[in-house]
Amino acid sequence: MVMPQIKEAVNVPDMPQSDNAVVVRGVSKTYGEVEALRDMSLEFPRGQLTSLLGPSGCGKTTLLKIIAGLLKPNSGEIEVNGKPVKGPGPDRAFVFQDFALMPWANVLRNVAFGLELRGVATSEREAIAEKYIAEVGLAGFEKSYPHQLSGGMRQRVGLARALSVDADVLLMDEPFSAVDEQTRRKFQEDLLNLVQHENKTFIFVTHSIEEAVYVSDQIAILLPRPSRVSEIIRPTDLRHKNVDNIRRDPEYLDIVDSIWASLRSYVE
Amino acid sequence: MTRRSLWLKIISAVVLFGAWQIAGMIPVSYAFPTFFESMAALFRMAGDGTLLTAYIETLRPLVVGVGISAFLGIGLGLWIGLSARFDWLFSPIFIVMQAAPLAALIPLLVMAYGIGLTSKVFVVCIMAMPVIVLNTASAVRNTPASLKEMGKSFMASDTKIMLRIIIPAASPVIFSGLRLGVSAGFIGAILAELKITPTGVGDIITYSRSIADYPAMYAAIFSIILLAVLFLNFLERLEVYLFEGNVRGYASD
Ligand SMILES: Nc1ncnc2c1ncn2[C@@H]1O[C@H](COP(=O)(O)OP(=O)(O)OP(=O)(O)O)[C@@H](O)[C@H]1O
Ligand SMILES: [Mg+2]
Repeated sequence: MVMPQIKEAVNVPDMPQSDNAVVVRGVSKTYGEVEALRDMSLEFPRGQLTSLLGPSGCGKTTLLKIIAGLLKPNSGEIEVNGKPVKGPGPDRAFVFQDFALMPWANVLRNVAFGLELRGVATSEREAIAEKYIAEVGLAGFEKSYPHQLSGGMRQRVGLARALSVDADVLLMDEPFSAVDEQTRRKFQEDLLNLVQHENKTFIFVTHSIEEAVYVSDQIAILLPRPSRVSEIIRPTDLRHKNVDNIRRDPEYLDIVDSIWASLRSYVE
Repeated sequence: MTRRSLWLKIISAVVLFGAWQIAGMIPVSYAFPTFFESMAALFRMAGDGTLLTAYIETLRPLVVGVGISAFLGIGLGLWIGLSARFDWLFSPIFIVMQAAPLAALIPLLVMAYGIGLTSKVFVVCIMAMPVIVLNTASAVRNTPASLKEMGKSFMASDTKIMLRIIIPAASPVIFSGLRLGVSAGFIGAILAELKITPTGVGDIITYSRSIADYPAMYAAIFSIILLAVLFLNFLERLEVYLFEGNVRGYASD
């Protein structure tokens, strides 16, 4: 097995060696003939945001679903909080790329649905849901139905639903791909805030190099099928800088460039 | 919006009845009464209780048959939609049932079950059930995979995924199957009364035709259509009441 080379993008070696919320060890997954993941290993430090970045079809969604317990790997194992994953669990929540909202239910019920499935009493779960609806900026839309919301608002509903079950690990599959650029930037800022204030581990799939560098503590670059980790980049220093200036920061631009350099050979 | 659709309904009814009236006045056929003659016959029969006794008779196989078709049909449809093996086993039966010429089957039913209620219920079921089963099954099969995954990721049991995700997601198509099935059931109920033994509304139709009381015949036909339309409207209301957001459109639209 080729160990992924870990490239510290900045020379700050004294990053606290935090423990890992999620550990992926030697995971392989094939769909019939198609080999999606081969012997993939990756660690996700607690309380941080890790992005999965890679060409389309390289198995990012597959990896996320395996971590979520929605798919079984052919071999290898996943540990969440030190315990092996057998299936979906209360310690993980998924934010779906296509939102996965129930069109027959209003925003309040959609957000409270995770709690509803866990048997939390109505008044209690609605109180929790209302809190998170307000937190994602949708106060006043509790009684609206999904089709009355814009794409960005629907995505916030999906996010609020995932937050409301208070899982340790949030799995987000290209959560911002369906929104316009302005909304996307706003979401990225909100996400940074969430990472800072909620003590959760975020695993974030994206296609955008800029987005990955902007929001991540750690970026895992995946190779095309069968997918392995080619590189792990930690833009550690960027995290201490003022959010408003990151996009103009030379370091930010350097990291974006270097990632592009390593990915471009696959995009021919 | 609703005001406008109400107006449209009234206008289309007026146009239809007007055309009927004119066609009756020309007349298209001596056996075709005008709209007002038919309505007069309708009110006469409603007044002297003929209609009421007829409907008590007709509604029995109809209600029993539609009820059985709805419950059994949705149940079977869910099962077929959820299990590939069940699909393989049962779908062909309902596809054949849907295509079978009912008139040809009626003598067989009468041989097997006599001329009583059972045969008529069977006719209603044969008409109503296939479309309910097949619609339900295909709706269940087409539940968005991401909704089911969402349920699983929140650790829902299979029963909860079925009750709170699959059924509501399938409900628009299930309801459209119910609407088609119920209309077919109405046809079946009348057909049974025309082909097996003339009772109820079927009797009014047969009898008035034999004595050339065409207004009464058309009044009976009109009343059954009216009842069917009212019932379909009721189903629509029920659907809106149960799954409000669904009716107004899908989030993925
Ligand atoms: N259910 C499935 N059956 C068969 N093959 C599948 C299935 N799901 C995914 N694959 C294959 O596995 C590979 C990885 O798919 P996956 O969806 O994980 O990619 P991805 O990295 O998320 O891509 P994208 O960035 O386009 O979303 C793809 O080549 C795809 O063809
Ligand atoms: Mg994907």
